[in-house]
Amino acid sequence: MTVTIYSLAAIALFVLGLYGLWWQPHLLRKLVSLNIASAGAFLLMVALAYRGGDPDPVPHALVLTGIVISVSATAFAVVLAARRYRETGSVELDEPEARS
Amino acid sequence: MNGWALGPETGLVGFPAVGAVVLAIAAARGRRLVVGLTVAATLAAFVLTLARVLSIGAYEQDIGGWGAPLGIGWRIDGFAVLMLGLSVVVGAVVSIYSLAYFGEDPGDRRRALFFWPLWLFLWSALHGLFLSRDLFNWYVTLELSGLAAVALIALSGRADALTGSLRYLLLALAASLLYLLGVVVLYSATGTLDLAQVASRMTPGPVALAAVLLITTGLVVKAALFPAHFWLPSAHASAPSPVSAVLSALVVKGGFYILARTMTGLWPAASADGVLLVLGWLGGAAVLWGSLLAIRQQRLKLVIAYSTVAQLGYLFIAFPFWMDGVGEQAASRAWAGAAYQAVSHGLAKAALFLAAGVLIHARGRDDLDALRGLGAHLPVTATAMALAGISLMGIPPGAGFLPKWMLMTAALQEGRIIPIMVLMAGGLLAVGYLFRIFRRLLAADDVALDHAPPRTMEIAALVLGILSVIAGLSSLPILSLLSIGAPEGMNAYLEGVP
Repeated sequence: MTVTIYSLAAIALFVLGLYGLWWQPHLLRKLVSLNIASAGAFLLMVALAYRGGDPDPVPHALVLTGIVISVSATAFAVVLAARRYRETGSVELDEPEARS
Repeated sequence: MNGWALGPETGLVGFPAVGAVVLAIAAARGRRLVVGLTVAATLAAFVLTLARVLSIGAYEQDIGGWGAPLGIGWRIDGFAVLMLGLSVVVGAVVSIYSLAYFGEDPGDRRRALFFWPLWLFLWSALHGLFLSRDLFNWYVTLELSGLAAVALIALSGRADALTGSLRYLLLALAASLLYLLGVVVLYSATGTLDLAQVASRMTPGPVALAAVLLITTGLVVKAALFPAHFWLPSAHASAPSPVSAVLSALVVKGGFYILARTMTGLWPAASADGVLLVLGWLGGAAVLWGSLLAIRQQRLKLVIAYSTVAQLGYLFIAFPFWMDGVGEQAASRAWAGAAYQAVSHGLAKAALFLAAGVLIHARGRDDLDALRGLGAHLPVTATAMALAGISLMGIPPGAGFLPKWMLMTAALQEGRIIPIMVLMAGGLLAVGYLFRIFRRLLAADDVALDHAPPRTMEIAALVLGILSVIAGLSSLPILSLLSIGAPEGMNAYLEGVP
Protein backbone atom coordinates (compact mmCIF):
# COMPACT_ATOMS: atom_id res chain seq x y z
CA MET A 1 0.00 0.00 0.00
CA THR A 2 2.70 2.44 1.06
CA VAL A 3 4.68 1.51 -2.04
CA THR A 4 1.65 2.27 -4.22
CA ILE A 5 1.18 5.72 -2.69
CA TYR A 6 4.85 6.57 -3.16
CA SER A 7 4.88 5.23 -6.71
CA LEU A 8 1.79 7.16 -7.73
CA ALA A 9 3.19 10.34 -6.17
CA ALA A 10 6.47 9.74 -8.01
CA ILE A 11 4.72 9.33 -11.36
CA ALA A 12 2.62 12.44 -10.68
CA LEU A 13 5.81 14.43 -9.96
CA PHE A 14 7.45 13.11 -13.11
CA VAL A 15 4.52 14.01 -15.35
CA LEU A 16 4.17 17.42 -13.68
CA GLY A 17 7.88 18.09 -14.25
CA LEU A 18 7.78 17.13 -17.92
CA TYR A 19 4.67 19.27 -18.41
CA GLY A 20 6.45 22.26 -16.92
CA LEU A 21 9.58 21.62 -18.96
CA TRP A 22 7.54 21.71 -22.14
CA TRP A 23 5.16 24.60 -21.40
CA GLN A 24 7.04 27.02 -19.14
CA PRO A 25 8.77 29.61 -21.34
CA HIS A 26 11.24 30.90 -18.73
CA LEU A 27 14.49 28.94 -18.73
CA LEU A 28 14.78 28.84 -14.93
CA ARG A 29 11.24 27.50 -14.68
CA LYS A 30 12.16 24.85 -17.23
CA LEU A 31 15.11 23.86 -15.08
CA VAL A 32 13.03 23.70 -11.90
CA SER A 33 10.52 21.56 -13.79
CA LEU A 34 13.29 19.28 -14.93
CA ASN A 35 14.41 18.84 -11.34
CA ILE A 36 10.86 18.05 -10.25
CA ALA A 37 10.74 15.35 -12.94
CA SER A 38 14.08 13.95 -11.75
CA ALA A 39 12.78 13.92 -8.18
CA GLY A 40 9.85 11.87 -9.44
CA ALA A 41 12.12 9.36 -11.15
CA PHE A 42 14.34 9.06 -8.06
CA LEU A 43 11.37 8.72 -5.71
CA LEU A 44 10.04 5.88 -7.85
CA MET A 45 13.39 4.13 -7.63
CA VAL A 46 13.43 4.42 -3.83
CA ALA A 47 9.81 3.29 -3.57
CA LEU A 48 10.30 0.25 -5.79
CA ALA A 49 13.38 -0.79 -3.79
CA TYR A 50 11.05 -1.78 -0.94
CA ARG A 51 9.52 -5.15 -1.55
CA GLY A 52 8.83 -6.25 2.02
CA GLY A 53 11.74 -7.11 4.31
CA ASP A 54 15.01 -5.27 3.76
CA PRO A 55 15.04 -2.72 0.96
CA ASP A 56 17.07 -3.55 -2.16
CA PRO A 57 20.33 -1.50 -2.04
CA VAL A 58 20.90 -1.41 -5.81
CA PRO A 59 18.25 1.24 -6.63
CA HIS A 60 19.59 3.34 -3.76
CA ALA A 61 23.05 3.25 -5.30
CA LEU A 62 21.54 4.19 -8.65
CA VAL A 63 19.63 7.11 -7.12
CA LEU A 64 22.88 8.48 -5.67
CA THR A 65 24.49 8.36 -9.12
CA GLY A 66 21.38 9.94 -10.60
CA ILE A 67 21.41 12.78 -8.06
CA VAL A 68 25.07 13.54 -8.78
CA ILE A 69 24.36 13.70 -12.52
CA SER A 70 21.24 15.80 -11.97
CA VAL A 71 23.03 18.34 -9.75
CA SER A 72 25.92 18.79 -12.20
CA ALA A 73 23.60 19.03 -15.18
CA THR A 74 21.48 21.66 -13.43
CA ALA A 75 24.52 23.72 -12.48
CA PHE A 76 25.79 23.54 -16.03
CA ALA A 77 22.41 24.52 -17.47
CA VAL A 78 22.19 27.53 -15.12
CA VAL A 79 25.63 28.71 -16.29
CA LEU A 80 24.61 28.32 -19.94
CA ALA A 81 21.34 30.17 -19.35
CA ALA A 82 23.12 33.00 -17.52
CA ARG A 83 25.67 33.33 -20.31
CA ARG A 84 22.91 33.33 -22.89
CA TYR A 85 21.10 36.06 -20.94
CA ARG A 86 24.27 38.19 -21.03
CA GLU A 87 24.64 37.64 -24.79
CA THR A 88 21.01 38.07 -25.85
CA GLY A 89 19.12 39.61 -22.92
CA SER A 90 16.57 36.82 -23.25
CA VAL A 91 15.48 34.30 -20.64
CA GLU A 92 13.31 32.29 -23.03
CA LEU A 93 14.31 29.96 -25.81
CA ASP A 94 11.34 31.42 -27.76
CA GLU A 95 11.61 29.02 -30.63
CA PRO A 96 8.28 27.80 -31.96
CA GLU A 97 9.43 24.15 -31.95
CA ALA A 98 10.35 24.26 -28.29
CA ARG A 99 6.89 25.16 -27.13
CA SER A 100 4.31 24.14 -29.73
CA MET B 1 38.09 -14.24 -11.58
CA ASN B 2 41.29 -12.24 -11.29
CA GLY B 3 40.28 -8.91 -9.77
CA TRP B 4 42.77 -6.87 -11.75
CA ALA B 5 42.27 -8.49 -15.12
CA LEU B 6 42.08 -5.52 -17.45
CA GLY B 7 41.79 -6.13 -21.17
CA PRO B 8 43.05 -3.85 -23.94
CA GLU B 9 39.54 -2.40 -24.28
CA THR B 10 40.05 -0.62 -20.93
CA GLY B 11 42.52 1.65 -22.73
CA LEU B 12 39.78 2.84 -25.08
CA VAL B 13 38.05 4.46 -22.11
CA GLY B 14 41.12 5.08 -19.99
CA PHE B 15 43.60 6.76 -22.33
CA PRO B 16 41.27 9.56 -23.57
CA ALA B 17 40.14 10.16 -19.97
CA VAL B 18 43.75 10.46 -18.77
CA GLY B 19 44.55 12.73 -21.71
CA ALA B 20 41.55 14.89 -20.82
CA VAL B 21 42.69 15.30 -17.22
CA VAL B 22 46.26 16.13 -18.25
CA LEU B 23 45.10 18.70 -20.79
CA ALA B 24 42.70 20.22 -18.26
CA ILE B 25 45.49 21.02 -15.82
CA ALA B 26 48.55 21.37 -18.06
CA ALA B 27 49.44 24.52 -19.96
CA ALA B 28 48.99 24.73 -23.70
CA ARG B 29 52.70 24.22 -24.41
CA GLY B 30 52.83 20.44 -24.35
CA ARG B 31 49.45 20.05 -26.00
CA ARG B 32 50.62 18.57 -29.28
CA LEU B 33 52.61 15.93 -27.44
CA VAL B 34 49.79 14.97 -25.06
CA VAL B 35 47.21 14.85 -27.85
CA GLY B 36 49.55 12.79 -30.01
CA LEU B 37 50.27 10.32 -27.21
CA THR B 38 46.57 10.02 -26.32
CA VAL B 39 45.58 9.37 -29.93
CA ALA B 40 48.39 6.86 -30.45
CA ALA B 41 47.60 5.01 -27.21
CA THR B 42 43.89 4.87 -28.03
CA LEU B 43 44.60 3.57 -31.52
CA ALA B 44 46.90 0.90 -30.05
CA ALA B 45 44.24 -0.12 -27.53
CA PHE B 46 41.76 -0.48 -30.37
CA VAL B 47 44.11 -2.60 -32.48
CA LEU B 48 44.71 -4.92 -29.50
CA THR B 49 40.98 -5.16 -28.79
CA LEU B 50 40.32 -5.97 -32.43
CA ALA B 51 43.05 -8.62 -32.41
CA ARG B 52 41.61 -10.17 -29.27
CA VAL B 53 38.08 -10.36 -30.68
CA LEU B 54 39.39 -11.82 -33.92
CA SER B 55 41.35 -14.51 -32.08
CA ILE B 56 39.01 -15.54 -29.23
CA GLY B 57 35.62 -14.25 -30.45
CA ALA B 58 33.20 -12.16 -28.39
CA TYR B 59 34.27 -11.87 -24.77
CA GLU B 60 33.11 -10.35 -21.51
CA GLN B 61 35.06 -8.23 -19.09
CA ASP B 62 34.03 -7.24 -15.58
CA ILE B 63 35.96 -4.13 -14.62
CA GLY B 64 38.07 -4.80 -11.56
CA GLY B 65 36.32 -8.14 -11.15
CA TRP B 66 33.02 -6.47 -10.19
CA GLY B 67 30.25 -7.71 -12.45
CA ALA B 68 26.51 -7.15 -12.51
CA PRO B 69 24.53 -5.87 -10.68
CA LEU B 70 26.78 -3.29 -8.95
CA GLY B 71 29.94 -3.43 -11.07
CA ILE B 72 30.56 -2.53 -14.66
CA GLY B 73 30.26 -5.46 -17.04
CA TRP B 74 31.44 -5.07 -20.61
CA ARG B 75 30.78 -7.36 -23.54
CA ILE B 76 32.93 -6.98 -26.62
CA ASP B 77 31.56 -8.43 -29.83
CA GLY B 78 31.79 -7.63 -33.55
CA PHE B 79 29.17 -4.88 -33.52
CA ALA B 80 30.82 -3.20 -30.52
CA VAL B 81 34.27 -3.38 -32.16
CA LEU B 82 32.88 -1.96 -35.41
CA MET B 83 31.37 1.05 -33.63
CA LEU B 84 34.53 1.47 -31.54
CA GLY B 85 36.55 1.38 -34.74
CA LEU B 86 34.41 4.11 -36.26
CA SER B 87 34.80 6.19 -33.12
CA VAL B 88 38.55 5.64 -32.84
CA VAL B 89 39.23 6.45 -36.50
CA VAL B 90 36.97 9.50 -36.69
CA GLY B 91 38.19 10.64 -33.28
CA ALA B 92 41.86 10.35 -34.23
CA VAL B 93 41.40 12.29 -37.47
CA VAL B 94 39.26 14.94 -35.76
CA SER B 95 41.94 15.33 -33.06
CA ILE B 96 44.66 15.99 -35.65
CA TYR B 97 42.35 18.37 -37.54
CA SER B 98 41.56 20.21 -34.31
CA LEU B 99 45.24 20.82 -33.54
CA ALA B 100 45.26 22.99 -36.65
CA TYR B 101 41.70 24.32 -36.27
CA PHE B 102 42.22 25.75 -32.79
CA GLY B 103 45.39 27.70 -32.53
CA GLU B 104 45.07 30.61 -34.92
CA ASP B 105 43.84 33.70 -33.10
CA PRO B 106 43.80 34.36 -29.32
CA GLY B 107 40.04 33.64 -29.04
CA ASP B 108 40.67 30.21 -30.53
CA ARG B 109 43.47 29.60 -28.08
CA ARG B 110 41.11 30.29 -25.19
CA ARG B 111 38.51 27.97 -26.69
CA ALA B 112 41.14 25.27 -27.16
CA LEU B 113 41.71 25.24 -23.40
CA PHE B 114 38.14 23.98 -23.00
CA PHE B 115 37.89 22.03 -26.24
CA TRP B 116 40.57 19.44 -25.52
CA PRO B 117 39.43 18.13 -22.12
CA LEU B 118 35.78 18.15 -23.19
CA TRP B 119 36.43 16.38 -26.46
CA LEU B 120 38.63 13.69 -24.90
CA PHE B 121 36.06 13.10 -22.14
CA LEU B 122 33.41 12.77 -24.83
CA TRP B 123 35.60 10.27 -26.70
CA SER B 124 36.10 8.24 -23.53
CA ALA B 125 32.37 8.28 -22.68
CA LEU B 126 31.43 7.11 -26.17
CA HIS B 127 33.78 4.16 -25.90
CA GLY B 128 32.25 3.30 -22.53
CA LEU B 129 28.83 3.39 -24.15
CA PHE B 130 29.82 1.05 -26.97
CA LEU B 131 31.43 -1.40 -24.51
CA SER B 132 28.58 -1.49 -21.98
CA ARG B 133 25.92 -4.11 -21.87
CA ASP B 134 24.09 -2.84 -18.87
CA LEU B 135 21.04 -0.57 -18.84
CA PHE B 136 22.23 1.72 -16.05
CA ASN B 137 25.78 2.12 -17.37
CA TRP B 138 24.22 3.20 -20.61
CA TYR B 139 22.32 5.90 -18.70
CA VAL B 140 25.58 7.11 -17.18
CA THR B 141 27.52 7.09 -20.47
CA LEU B 142 24.62 8.79 -22.25
CA GLU B 143 24.71 11.59 -19.66
CA LEU B 144 28.50 11.85 -19.79
CA SER B 145 28.61 12.07 -23.57
CA GLY B 146 25.55 14.34 -23.65
CA LEU B 147 26.91 16.88 -21.17
CA ALA B 148 30.31 16.98 -22.87
CA ALA B 149 28.59 17.41 -26.24
CA VAL B 150 26.46 20.31 -24.96
CA ALA B 151 29.54 22.08 -23.60
CA LEU B 152 31.35 21.58 -26.91
CA ILE B 153 28.43 23.08 -28.86
CA ALA B 154 28.44 26.15 -26.61
CA LEU B 155 32.19 26.59 -27.13
CA SER B 156 31.99 29.56 -29.48
CA GLY B 157 29.90 31.50 -26.95
CA ARG B 158 27.81 33.00 -29.76
CA ALA B 159 24.08 33.47 -29.16
CA ASP B 160 23.00 30.84 -31.71
CA ALA B 161 25.39 28.27 -30.23
CA LEU B 162 24.12 28.98 -26.70
CA THR B 163 20.51 28.61 -27.83
CA GLY B 164 21.26 25.42 -29.73
CA SER B 165 23.19 23.90 -26.84
CA LEU B 166 20.56 24.84 -24.23
CA ARG B 167 17.73 23.35 -26.25
CA TYR B 168 19.81 20.20 -26.77
CA LEU B 169 20.64 20.05 -23.06
CA LEU B 170 17.03 20.35 -21.89
CA LEU B 171 15.79 17.76 -24.38
CA ALA B 172 18.67 15.39 -23.69
CA LEU B 173 18.05 15.57 -19.94
CA ALA B 174 14.33 14.96 -20.37
CA ALA B 175 15.11 12.05 -22.70
CA SER B 176 17.54 10.57 -20.18
CA LEU B 177 14.87 10.76 -17.49
CA LEU B 178 12.39 8.88 -19.68
CA TYR B 179 15.06 6.28 -20.35
CA LEU B 180 15.92 6.07 -16.65
CA LEU B 181 12.26 5.62 -15.69
CA GLY B 182 12.00 2.75 -18.18
CA VAL B 183 15.11 1.16 -16.71
CA VAL B 184 13.65 1.46 -13.20
CA VAL B 185 10.46 -0.26 -14.34
CA LEU B 186 12.50 -3.05 -15.90
CA TYR B 187 14.60 -3.41 -12.76
CA SER B 188 11.60 -3.64 -10.49
CA ALA B 189 10.13 -6.32 -12.77
CA THR B 190 13.29 -8.39 -13.21
CA GLY B 191 15.68 -7.44 -10.37
CA THR B 192 18.66 -6.94 -12.69
CA LEU B 193 20.15 -4.36 -15.06
CA ASP B 194 22.26 -6.64 -17.23
CA LEU B 195 20.81 -6.77 -20.74
CA ALA B 196 20.96 -10.55 -21.13
CA GLN B 197 19.57 -11.21 -17.64
CA VAL B 198 16.72 -8.73 -18.11
CA ALA B 199 15.84 -10.40 -21.41
CA SER B 200 15.72 -13.88 -19.90
CA ARG B 201 13.55 -12.80 -16.97
CA MET B 202 11.12 -10.51 -18.77
CA THR B 203 7.55 -11.55 -19.47
CA PRO B 204 5.37 -9.79 -22.06
CA GLY B 205 2.66 -7.64 -20.57
CA PRO B 206 1.73 -4.05 -19.75
CA VAL B 207 4.77 -3.53 -17.50
CA ALA B 208 7.19 -4.66 -20.21
CA LEU B 209 5.39 -2.51 -22.79
CA ALA B 210 5.54 0.56 -20.53
CA ALA B 211 9.30 0.03 -20.10
CA VAL B 212 9.77 -0.44 -23.84
CA LEU B 213 7.88 2.75 -24.61
CA LEU B 214 9.76 4.84 -22.03
CA ILE B 215 13.20 3.59 -23.08
CA THR B 216 12.45 3.86 -26.79
CA THR B 217 11.06 7.39 -26.49
CA GLY B 218 14.10 8.53 -24.55
CA LEU B 219 16.55 7.01 -27.01
CA VAL B 220 14.66 8.25 -30.07
CA VAL B 221 15.19 11.81 -28.83
CA LYS B 222 18.90 11.10 -28.29
CA ALA B 223 19.21 9.56 -31.75
CA ALA B 224 17.37 12.55 -33.29
CA LEU B 225 14.85 10.38 -35.11
CA PHE B 226 12.05 12.31 -36.83
CA PRO B 227 9.93 13.94 -35.31
CA ALA B 228 12.32 14.37 -32.36
CA HIS B 229 15.04 15.67 -34.67
CA PHE B 230 14.33 19.39 -34.32
CA TRP B 231 17.10 20.03 -31.80
CA LEU B 232 19.76 18.59 -34.10
CA PRO B 233 20.24 21.10 -36.96
CA SER B 234 20.67 24.19 -34.78
CA ALA B 235 22.95 22.35 -32.34
CA HIS B 236 25.12 20.64 -34.97
CA ALA B 237 25.33 23.63 -37.28
CA SER B 238 26.27 26.19 -34.60
CA ALA B 239 29.08 24.08 -33.11
CA PRO B 240 32.73 24.46 -34.24
CA SER B 241 33.30 22.25 -37.30
CA PRO B 242 35.32 19.45 -35.65
CA VAL B 243 32.63 19.28 -32.97
CA SER B 244 29.88 19.10 -35.62
CA ALA B 245 31.75 16.20 -37.19
CA VAL B 246 31.91 14.29 -33.91
CA LEU B 247 28.28 15.02 -33.02
CA SER B 248 26.89 13.89 -36.37
CA ALA B 249 29.23 10.97 -36.89
CA LEU B 250 29.38 9.53 -33.36
CA VAL B 251 27.21 11.05 -30.63
CA VAL B 252 23.81 10.47 -32.26
CA LYS B 253 24.92 6.91 -33.01
CA GLY B 254 25.01 6.27 -29.25
CA GLY B 255 21.22 6.42 -29.02
CA PHE B 256 20.89 4.23 -32.09
CA TYR B 257 23.40 1.73 -30.72
CA ILE B 258 21.53 1.22 -27.45
CA LEU B 259 18.23 0.96 -29.32
CA ALA B 260 19.64 -1.65 -31.69
CA ARG B 261 21.08 -3.59 -28.74
CA THR B 262 17.85 -3.52 -26.74
CA MET B 263 15.68 -4.22 -29.80
CA THR B 264 17.61 -7.34 -30.73
CA GLY B 265 18.47 -8.46 -27.18
CA LEU B 266 15.53 -7.45 -25.07
CA TRP B 267 12.38 -6.59 -26.95
CA PRO B 268 11.77 -10.01 -28.49
CA ALA B 269 10.99 -11.00 -24.91
CA ALA B 270 8.59 -8.08 -24.58
CA SER B 271 7.01 -8.76 -28.00
CA ALA B 272 6.77 -5.10 -28.89
CA ASP B 273 6.29 -5.47 -32.64
CA GLY B 274 4.19 -2.33 -32.87
CA VAL B 275 7.09 -0.25 -31.55
CA LEU B 276 9.44 -1.69 -34.19
CA LEU B 277 6.97 -0.88 -36.94
CA VAL B 278 6.49 2.70 -35.74
CA LEU B 279 10.27 3.18 -35.63
CA GLY B 280 10.48 2.01 -39.24
CA TRP B 281 7.82 4.47 -40.39
CA LEU B 282 9.50 7.30 -38.50
CA GLY B 283 12.82 6.33 -40.12
CA GLY B 284 11.24 6.53 -43.56
CA ALA B 285 9.67 9.89 -42.75
CA ALA B 286 13.05 11.12 -41.50
CA VAL B 287 14.74 10.19 -44.78
CA LEU B 288 12.22 12.16 -46.83
CA TRP B 289 11.67 15.12 -44.48
CA GLY B 290 15.34 15.58 -43.61
CA SER B 291 16.36 15.47 -47.28
CA LEU B 292 13.65 17.94 -48.33
CA LEU B 293 14.69 20.39 -45.62
CA ALA B 294 18.35 19.93 -46.55
CA ILE B 295 17.48 21.03 -50.08
CA ARG B 296 15.89 24.21 -48.74
CA GLN B 297 18.75 25.37 -46.48
CA GLN B 298 20.91 28.36 -47.42
CA ARG B 299 23.81 27.70 -45.05
CA LEU B 300 26.40 25.00 -45.71
CA LYS B 301 26.42 23.45 -42.25
CA LEU B 302 22.63 23.41 -42.05
CA VAL B 303 22.50 21.44 -45.32
CA ILE B 304 24.90 18.90 -43.83
CA ALA B 305 23.03 18.82 -40.50
CA TYR B 306 19.66 18.14 -42.15
CA SER B 307 21.38 15.47 -44.20
CA THR B 308 22.24 13.83 -40.87
CA VAL B 309 18.53 13.79 -39.98
CA ALA B 310 17.85 12.02 -43.29
CA GLN B 311 20.74 9.56 -43.06
CA LEU B 312 19.82 8.58 -39.48
CA GLY B 313 16.42 7.60 -40.86
CA TYR B 314 17.99 4.73 -42.82
CA LEU B 315 19.18 3.20 -39.55
CA PHE B 316 15.59 2.89 -38.35
CA ILE B 317 14.18 1.49 -41.59
CA ALA B 318 15.87 -1.75 -40.47
CA PHE B 319 13.86 -2.04 -37.24
CA PRO B 320 10.55 -3.47 -38.61
CA PHE B 321 12.53 -6.39 -40.06
CA TRP B 322 13.07 -7.61 -36.49
CA MET B 323 9.35 -8.20 -35.90
CA ASP B 324 8.01 -11.69 -35.32
CA GLY B 325 7.34 -13.58 -38.53
CA VAL B 326 10.00 -11.89 -40.66
CA GLY B 327 12.36 -14.40 -42.29
CA GLU B 328 15.75 -14.80 -40.64
CA GLN B 329 17.52 -13.89 -43.90
CA ALA B 330 15.73 -10.54 -44.15
CA ALA B 331 16.10 -9.80 -40.43
CA SER B 332 19.83 -10.45 -40.44
CA ARG B 333 20.35 -8.51 -43.69
CA ALA B 334 18.57 -5.52 -42.17
CA TRP B 335 20.66 -5.82 -39.02
CA ALA B 336 23.93 -5.89 -40.94
CA GLY B 337 22.67 -3.05 -43.14
CA ALA B 338 21.89 -0.83 -40.16
CA ALA B 339 25.29 -1.44 -38.55
CA TYR B 340 27.02 -0.81 -41.89
CA GLN B 341 25.03 2.39 -42.42
CA ALA B 342 26.09 3.64 -38.98
CA VAL B 343 29.73 3.27 -40.02
CA SER B 344 29.41 4.58 -43.57
CA HIS B 345 27.41 7.62 -42.51
CA GLY B 346 29.83 8.28 -39.67
CA LEU B 347 32.85 8.39 -41.99
CA ALA B 348 31.16 10.37 -44.77
CA LYS B 349 29.48 12.89 -42.47
CA ALA B 350 32.65 13.54 -40.49
CA ALA B 351 34.50 14.11 -43.79
CA LEU B 352 31.80 16.57 -44.94
CA PHE B 353 31.81 18.59 -41.72
CA LEU B 354 35.62 18.72 -41.61
CA ALA B 355 35.67 19.86 -45.25
CA ALA B 356 32.96 22.41 -44.45
CA GLY B 357 35.22 23.71 -41.69
CA VAL B 358 38.00 24.24 -44.24
CA LEU B 359 35.68 26.09 -46.64
CA ILE B 360 34.23 28.29 -43.90
CA HIS B 361 37.72 29.07 -42.70
CA ALA B 362 38.70 30.06 -46.25
CA ARG B 363 35.79 32.46 -46.70
CA GLY B 364 34.92 33.47 -43.14
CA ARG B 365 31.19 32.83 -43.70
CA ASP B 366 29.02 29.79 -44.25
CA ASP B 367 26.23 30.69 -46.69
CA LEU B 368 26.14 28.45 -49.74
CA ASP B 369 26.97 31.23 -52.19
CA ALA B 370 30.25 31.89 -50.40
CA LEU B 371 31.40 28.55 -51.81
CA ARG B 372 31.36 29.69 -55.44
CA GLY B 373 34.62 28.93 -57.17
CA LEU B 374 36.40 27.60 -54.08
CA GLY B 375 36.97 24.20 -55.71
CA ALA B 376 39.75 25.57 -57.91
CA HIS B 377 41.63 26.91 -54.88
CA LEU B 378 41.05 23.96 -52.59
CA PRO B 379 41.04 20.85 -54.77
CA VAL B 380 41.92 18.55 -51.86
CA THR B 381 38.90 19.67 -49.86
CA ALA B 382 36.65 19.50 -52.91
CA THR B 383 37.82 15.91 -53.49
CA ALA B 384 37.11 15.02 -49.85
CA MET B 385 33.59 16.38 -50.23
CA ALA B 386 33.05 14.52 -53.49
CA LEU B 387 34.17 11.18 -51.99
CA ALA B 388 31.94 11.66 -48.94
CA GLY B 389 29.11 12.71 -51.25
CA ILE B 390 29.43 9.52 -53.30
CA SER B 391 28.98 7.53 -50.11
CA LEU B 392 26.00 9.57 -48.90
CA MET B 393 24.23 9.37 -52.25
CA GLY B 394 24.64 5.59 -52.13
CA ILE B 395 26.67 5.24 -55.32
CA PRO B 396 29.14 2.31 -55.42
CA PRO B 397 31.95 2.07 -54.41
CA GLY B 398 31.00 4.51 -51.64
CA ALA B 399 30.31 2.85 -48.30
CA GLY B 400 26.75 4.19 -48.33
CA PHE B 401 25.77 1.92 -51.21
CA LEU B 402 25.98 -1.45 -49.46
CA PRO B 403 23.76 -0.75 -46.45
CA LYS B 404 21.03 0.60 -48.71
CA TRP B 405 21.45 -2.44 -50.95
CA MET B 406 21.16 -4.79 -47.97
CA LEU B 407 18.04 -3.03 -46.72
CA MET B 408 16.56 -3.09 -50.21
CA THR B 409 17.16 -6.81 -50.70
CA ALA B 410 15.73 -7.49 -47.23
CA ALA B 411 12.61 -5.57 -48.25
CA LEU B 412 12.45 -7.51 -51.53
CA GLN B 413 12.64 -10.82 -49.70
CA GLU B 414 9.72 -9.79 -47.54
CA GLY B 415 7.83 -8.31 -50.48
CA ARG B 416 7.75 -4.82 -48.96
CA ILE B 417 7.49 -2.04 -51.53
CA ILE B 418 7.43 1.07 -49.32
CA PRO B 419 10.95 0.70 -47.84
CA ILE B 420 12.32 0.25 -51.35
CA MET B 421 10.60 3.39 -52.57
CA VAL B 422 11.86 5.38 -49.58
CA LEU B 423 15.42 4.10 -50.05
CA MET B 424 15.45 5.06 -53.72
CA ALA B 425 13.82 8.44 -53.12
CA GLY B 426 16.33 9.10 -50.33
CA GLY B 427 19.26 8.50 -52.65
CA LEU B 428 17.81 10.80 -55.28
CA LEU B 429 17.11 13.56 -52.75
CA ALA B 430 20.68 13.22 -51.44
CA VAL B 431 21.92 13.95 -54.95
CA GLY B 432 19.64 17.00 -54.87
CA TYR B 433 21.03 18.57 -51.71
CA LEU B 434 24.66 17.58 -52.26
CA PHE B 435 24.77 19.01 -55.77
CA ARG B 436 23.63 22.36 -54.39
CA ILE B 437 27.05 22.33 -52.67
CA PHE B 438 29.08 20.82 -55.52
CA ARG B 439 27.59 23.11 -58.20
CA ARG B 440 28.79 26.19 -56.34
CA LEU B 441 32.08 24.66 -55.32
CA LEU B 442 32.97 23.81 -58.92
CA ALA B 443 31.64 27.04 -60.45
CA ALA B 444 34.14 28.78 -62.72
CA ASP B 445 33.96 32.05 -60.76
CA ASP B 446 37.27 33.70 -60.12
CA VAL B 447 37.46 34.38 -56.39
CA ALA B 448 40.22 35.10 -53.93
CA LEU B 449 40.61 33.24 -50.65
CA ASP B 450 40.21 35.34 -47.51
CA HIS B 451 42.44 32.98 -45.52
CA ALA B 452 44.52 30.06 -46.68
CA PRO B 453 43.36 27.11 -44.56
CA PRO B 454 45.99 24.97 -42.82
CA ARG B 455 47.10 22.01 -44.93
CA THR B 456 46.48 19.59 -42.02
CA MET B 457 42.78 20.42 -42.03
CA GLU B 458 42.45 19.71 -45.74
CA ILE B 459 44.29 16.41 -45.52
CA ALA B 460 42.31 15.26 -42.46
CA ALA B 461 39.06 15.78 -44.38
CA LEU B 462 40.51 13.93 -47.38
CA VAL B 463 41.58 10.97 -45.23
CA LEU B 464 38.01 10.50 -43.99
CA GLY B 465 36.69 10.92 -47.54
CA ILE B 466 39.04 8.20 -48.80
CA LEU B 467 38.10 5.98 -45.84
CA SER B 468 34.42 6.31 -46.68
CA VAL B 469 35.21 4.74 -50.06
CA ILE B 470 37.59 2.12 -48.61
CA ALA B 471 34.83 1.09 -46.16
CA GLY B 472 32.66 0.44 -49.21
CA LEU B 473 35.32 -1.71 -50.89
CA SER B 474 36.15 -3.75 -47.79
CA SER B 475 32.70 -5.15 -47.11
CA LEU B 476 33.94 -8.70 -46.46
CA PRO B 477 36.14 -7.91 -43.45
CA ILE B 478 33.46 -5.60 -42.04
CA LEU B 479 30.68 -8.16 -42.40
CA SER B 480 32.75 -11.02 -41.01
CA LEU B 481 33.66 -8.81 -38.03
CA LEU B 482 29.95 -8.12 -37.49
CA SER B 483 29.20 -11.85 -37.42
CA ILE B 484 31.38 -12.31 -34.30
CA GLY B 485 28.96 -12.69 -31.40
CA ALA B 486 26.04 -11.39 -33.45
CA PRO B 487 22.73 -11.43 -31.56
CA GLU B 488 20.53 -14.48 -31.86
CA GLY B 489 18.71 -14.67 -35.18
CA MET B 490 20.93 -12.01 -36.79
CA ASN B 491 23.55 -14.34 -38.20
CA ALA B 492 21.76 -16.08 -41.10
CA TYR B 493 22.93 -13.59 -43.71
CA LEU B 494 26.40 -13.13 -42.21
CA GLU B 495 27.07 -16.87 -42.19
CA GLY B 496 27.04 -16.75 -45.98
CA VAL B 497 29.97 -14.32 -45.81
CA PRO B 498 33.25 -16.21 -46.27
